[in-house]
Amino acid sequence: MSAETMSPAEAPRHSYAGFLKNNIREYGMLISLIVIMLYFQFATDGRLFQPDNLTNIVQQRGYIVVMALGMLMIIVAGHIDLSVGWLCGFLGAVAAILMVDHGVPWYLAVLATLVFGGMVGAVQGYAVAYLHIPSFIVTLAGMLIFRGLTLYVLGGRNVGPFPPELATLLTGFFPDLSGRMADPIAPHLETLRLVVAPYALAAVEAWNRLTESASLLPKIEWTPVLTRQETTGDISSTSLGIATVVVAMMLANAFAARVKLVRQDMQTEPFVFFLLKTLAIAGMLFYLAYLFATYRGLPNVFVIMGLLIALYSFVTTRTTVGRRVYALGGNEKAAKLSGINTERLVFLAFVNMGVLSALAGMMFATRLGWATPKSGDGFELDVIAACFIGGASASGGVGTVLGAVIGAFIMGVMNNGMSMMGIGIDWQFIIKGSVLFLAVFLDVYNKKKG
Amino acid sequence: MDSILEMRGITKTFPGVKALQNVNLTVRKGEIHAICGENGAGKSTLMKVLSGVYPAGSYEGDIVYEGQVRHFRGIHDSERLGIIIIHQELALAPQLSIAENLFLGNEIARNGVIDWFQTHRRARELMAKVGLKESPSTLITDIGVGKQQLVEIAKALAKEVKLLILDEPTASLNERDSQALLDLLLELKGHGITAIMISHKLNEISRIADSITILRDGSTVETIEASAGAIDENRIIRGMVGREMNDRYPHRTPAIGEVIFEVKDWRVHHPVHPERLVVKGVNLHVRRGEVVGIAGLMGAGRTEFAMSVFGRAYGRRISGEVLMDGRPVDVSTIPKAIEAGIAYVTEDRKQLGLILNEDIRFNVPLAGLDKISERGVIDRHAEVTLAKRFRERLKIRSAGITHQTVNLSGGNQQKVVLSKWLHADPKILILDEPTRGIDVGAKYEIYTIIHQLADSGRGVIVISSEMPELLGITDRIYVMNEGRFVGEFPAAEASQERIMAAIMRREDA
Repeated sequence: MSAETMSPAEAPRHSYAGFLKNNIREYGMLISLIVIMLYFQFATDGRLFQPDNLTNIVQQRGYIVVMALGMLMIIVAGHIDLSVGWLCGFLGAVAAILMVDHGVPWYLAVLATLVFGGMVGAVQGYAVAYLHIPSFIVTLAGMLIFRGLTLYVLGGRNVGPFPPELATLLTGFFPDLSGRMADPIAPHLETLRLVVAPYALAAVEAWNRLTESASLLPKIEWTPVLTRQETTGDISSTSLGIATVVVAMMLANAFAARVKLVRQDMQTEPFVFFLLKTLAIAGMLFYLAYLFATYRGLPNVFVIMGLLIALYSFVTTRTTVGRRVYALGGNEKAAKLSGINTERLVFLAFVNMGVLSALAGMMFATRLGWATPKSGDGFELDVIAACFIGGASASGGVGTVLGAVIGAFIMGVMNNGMSMMGIGIDWQFIIKGSVLFLAVFLDVYNKKKG
Repeated sequence: MDSILEMRGITKTFPGVKALQNVNLTVRKGEIHAICGENGAGKSTLMKVLSGVYPAGSYEGDIVYEGQVRHFRGIHDSERLGIIIIHQELALAPQLSIAENLFLGNEIARNGVIDWFQTHRRARELMAKVGLKESPSTLITDIGVGKQQLVEIAKALAKEVKLLILDEPTASLNERDSQALLDLLLELKGHGITAIMISHKLNEISRIADSITILRDGSTVETIEASAGAIDENRIIRGMVGREMNDRYPHRTPAIGEVIFEVKDWRVHHPVHPERLVVKGVNLHVRRGEVVGIAGLMGAGRTEFAMSVFGRAYGRRISGEVLMDGRPVDVSTIPKAIEAGIAYVTEDRKQLGLILNEDIRFNVPLAGLDKISERGVIDRHAEVTLAKRFRERLKIRSAGITHQTVNLSGGNQQKVVLSKWLHADPKILILDEPTRGIDVGAKYEIYTIIHQLADSGRGVIVISSEMPELLGITDRIYVMNEGRFVGEFPAAEASQERIMAAIMRREDA
């Protein structure tokens, strides 16, 4: 056989099974997130999706998403940053001390903290990129140093509370410019629920009949309500309006991009998959925003996160800088020989991580109300896990912003759900570790087979 | 004298390639037997068959060692019988001491606990035998390559070697260390140790070899006995290269213009051992529309020369001047070299050329991303158009431009790398072994592309170890050996014999 002949594995383009096999990771992640959310929704008797709880998750765990964006760049570049947890805590403390102890105006303090975060990142980045010290070691040292510095600057105190302007900005809600209105969506959701309820009832009954013959299986005690319930309550019209516009723009954008790809004959994703994936993401986002709107509106942190996610998606997929980071992580020597300044990119990735750590540190501290000597403990673990659950490769060159965000949500939902279920911290760690291992194991296994 | 080793009718096939075909080799007890041949003639493969790297059953033919047919299943089997091979790349652990390396895998130990006293005592004995004056506890990384070579030989002695195989043992040694090594081999011969030495260097061969076997294209050409009189260099050279040229190369009428690229007195030191000069004052020029070849054996310094010119991607303490269109240009970094109009297509496209986990579309624009982007944002339409255009123009066979490069054949991978550099639009392309690992049909296509590049007014430098290839596609050939240019011929006047003679005679001097 001539070496020019294509192997049969790469020939088929439009078979569903073949496509699914090659892209199982992307869909698998999304499906895992949905399954995990549904599971906790069920296991917590519907408390997970209560608007106040969702708002809590986003405000308490938003720092994971913010730092995962920076971590993703570092991991794609082929490095790791273990220091971000304590760096985040340290920078939160610095911001608090500037504002509370020294009375620095909040906006100057925020700016100073972001710049300081960037400088700290620059020091670590310089050591990794130009001195060629392994990032694992540099940031392990950083982790110890920042932990010590956090204790040192706080001197065992809790420093707070933060100025009300900053507290509003980071823990408040998008202003209700157009007032509240009667919930226009709830009646439709109720109708949808009424359609589904009889099937759910039938499913529960079928399951319970099965448990009578197989006594090992647990009985389900839940019966769906079959009558129409009164829907009351109002909703933030501004938040709902923004959500509608953004989701509509996302959908339009996705379809326009697809049309372009089809025209260039570059489309490999079957339409069904594209539709399901796009609708699932848009639907989840819209439903989330809707739930926020029924409570106090979109949390500001959610808006900040959204903007950052959009920015980093754009940078990683559309810009030369993003492209070069992937090239560097995929094959550093080849990237270098293609004229790419690999050292500078690594350096910038760490600077970027420092700035995002500063933002995350302030988000966490303001949410808590003060900077404490314990803030930051173990944050890096959730952040790194989010990237790897989201499909990033430890050897670099692979990973997406969307994946890291989904990974961060999986970590956030698991943290919150398990706490609500009353699972002890011991088992929480064991379960989170297992999920991380399983995700990466399936990845490696899938690659070996494929 | 009776023979210690007889290899009879050895045939070894790799998927698609017959690496060895009915090779016969007889080595007498207590002699030094040299094996000569071009790159790819099958020398290393033959030694790997002998030492069991390719286990019995994966080749045809018989190995008779000390009077018995042997079936080595691995390198352990051959080592147990005293056959020790020393590879060109030394297999020493750099951060361990000489003594530790001498007994690596063969430790003097009781119940797994190393007897350091015995280890050092035996190490000193062995080191004395090979004339190595160092402390046994010196780290390998702290001694030079010549001494490392001696450690390898001492290590072989520790295993009670009967047949020592050396693969180009002096390739990375200086003159003095080479002489010392050859003296040592003669001394070991006096103690009854048989040696097989793969070498390109006629002066070494004529000095110490008792007989010479010449391999070419996986077959034995002949075995020459030194005892029959002086060794005839021309006979060896003819035997090594005597291959027919045919029309494996596209025809072209060159249109050669003025000099566009010049390198003057280029000197490069080794990046790890800065006292070693790797490129020793090279002068080169290329004219517009000209294809210039650099011939030489592996390790001659050709890749080192090319990479050091390309933005100091190799070496340190680099000196010399690079001129483009008669004006000196700054090539101190890779981006600057690309800016100046130089492109370097690496010999190792998997490790150094491609981002393998990405597709064609990703790889093609990589050396000129700015050309398809505005203010740092990539124009996706331009990107797709670009990749499609090169895929068609260079006939890259793939399922589309989203085909992962790791799944492409060697020839198509090479075309992707070429596309990347064509997109960068250089004035000078340096192609390092552009057809290595590519099948014949794809080679012809690569040659055609090279000719088109030259005809479009660029200068092309081709580094190749395949002399027929250089003779077939270039206009002028430099011959490089041991860091120097030792010959220059118009392609029309060159021949494999003349090139080989330039390489080997130089070493006699």
